[in-house]
Amino acid sequence: MTSADWMPSASFAVLHRRSEVLAKIRVFFARKNVLEVETPILSHACGTDPQSSHFVTVLENPDRSHLYLQTSPEFAMKRLLAAGSGPIYQICKSFRNGEMGRFHNPEFTLLEWYRVGFDHHALMDEMDELLREVLICPYAERVTYQTLFLRHVGVDPFQTTEQTLKTQAASFGISEIQNIDKDGWLDVLMTHCIVPHLGQGGRPTFVYDYPASQAALAKINLFGVAERFEVYFSGVELANGFHELQDPLEQRRRFEQEQEQRQKSAFPPAILDERFLESLKQGLPNCAGVALGIDRLIMALLKTNSLAEVMAFPINRA
Amino acid sequence: MSNFSTNELKAGFKVRVDGDPCVILENEYVKPGKGQAFNRIRIRNLKTQRVIERTYKSGDILEGADIVDMQLQYLYNDGSLWYFMDQENFEQHAADKAALGESGKWIKEQDVCNVTLYNGLPLMVAAPNQVILRVADTDPGLRGDTSTGGSKPATLETGAVVRVPLFVTVGDLIKVDTRTSEYLSRAKE
Repeated sequence: MTSADWMPSASFAVLHRRSEVLAKIRVFFARKNVLEVETPILSHACGTDPQSSHFVTVLENPDRSHLYLQTSPEFAMKRLLAAGSGPIYQICKSFRNGEMGRFHNPEFTLLEWYRVGFDHHALMDEMDELLREVLICPYAERVTYQTLFLRHVGVDPFQTTEQTLKTQAASFGISEIQNIDKDGWLDVLMTHCIVPHLGQGGRPTFVYDYPASQAALAKINLFGVAERFEVYFSGVELANGFHELQDPLEQRRRFEQEQEQRQKSAFPPAILDERFLESLKQGLPNCAGVALGIDRLIMALLKTNSLAEVMAFPINRA
Repeated sequence: MSNFSTNELKAGFKVRVDGDPCVILENEYVKPGKGQAFNRIRIRNLKTQRVIERTYKSGDILEGADIVDMQLQYLYNDGSLWYFMDQENFEQHAADKAALGESGKWIKEQDVCNVTLYNGLPLMVAAPNQVILRVADTDPGLRGDTSTGGSKPATLETGAVVRVPLFVTVGDLIKVDTRTSEYLSRAKE
């Protein structure tokens, strides 16, 4: 601790802009009749994402049950959708343990919204509209994941092998990484060789249609493509969206598969959200949803160098 | 020696990369929202002084490098090794030509140098930033000769050659900046 740690790391001018952005977002969704909701930060269950680490706390009940700080409000929001909420949005804190850096803070603010009857293309249209209003930027560029790999790396991510990706990474001077699978190599090339080119010149880039192995919670279409998209601005990822998977059996299968991956990489097992799975059985409407990092959005708007410049108190001052 | 997880590395940490001792200059955490986390580090190889970038999986382990900086007094050289002494315990350390590098042409007996030890052996010797050395050889300066920009080469007692003003003569003591090889001033005994 230093004596200046009590002070905010963001200026008040920035905090005013931050407040204006949040107000604009609420006006945007009010105009479109999307309902603002709040869901629990603490849950008995947690996401199975094979790369994410959770904050855990203990409830002072006789069982002293564990509660997890949510990495995203997605499961609870989909339960609302299954219960008939119609279109909803939420601005909330989310938590990812151990994620710290210029573009990461373990506690961060997400805007997450869901649109009933939308697919990922329709939701990209709406995302574009929101970004144009908030960032005052031109229409986004849209490009498939496959096109980006062909353009920047010279391989087709849907056809290639782990070995080819490894060789390509080596040609970019990255050869020291060990023990990662094909998706790991795709991530290496995406983050190191492609992402720095995305969303440049003040124009956002939307990347869509991912390999099925990176579907996460997205539907996989008849062509074996995951109906997922991401938003980039100035080489930084801002958002991740899905045409949401509705099939409860497929969802359980993916959870279990991710559980196995967690075990392999020595992450503690996740607690499957059975209430979420039950809601899928009852029927999630056809919908698309997306999570947008608010702190990074403000960074993009104000062209700052780090998240710390747009947050009152990042983790090292928390 | 302790080991470090790639996500705890900070600027200044010393680690072994490809068997060579390196110092961390920068560590950037890279992670897609969904996907593998990496640490992209910029490091300086302390043997070659080259700066390189490396990417590791977040949480991978790098071996710490046993690196210490010590202030040691230069004693003498025997033609192949340069001997330095710890003035507290009188322990001697021998540095080879590679460790000495450019510093060899600036130091003379009894100078105190910063010596970087790797696994207990001298890896790098840094001459003091400024040294005072005697001029062993230089042409007599001719007044009004401006064709050489008002300076001339001078060979110092250690063998180093620097450019000095025309008024400097053999036997003078001069102060030199060892980082730039520049003459700074004349010095007194």
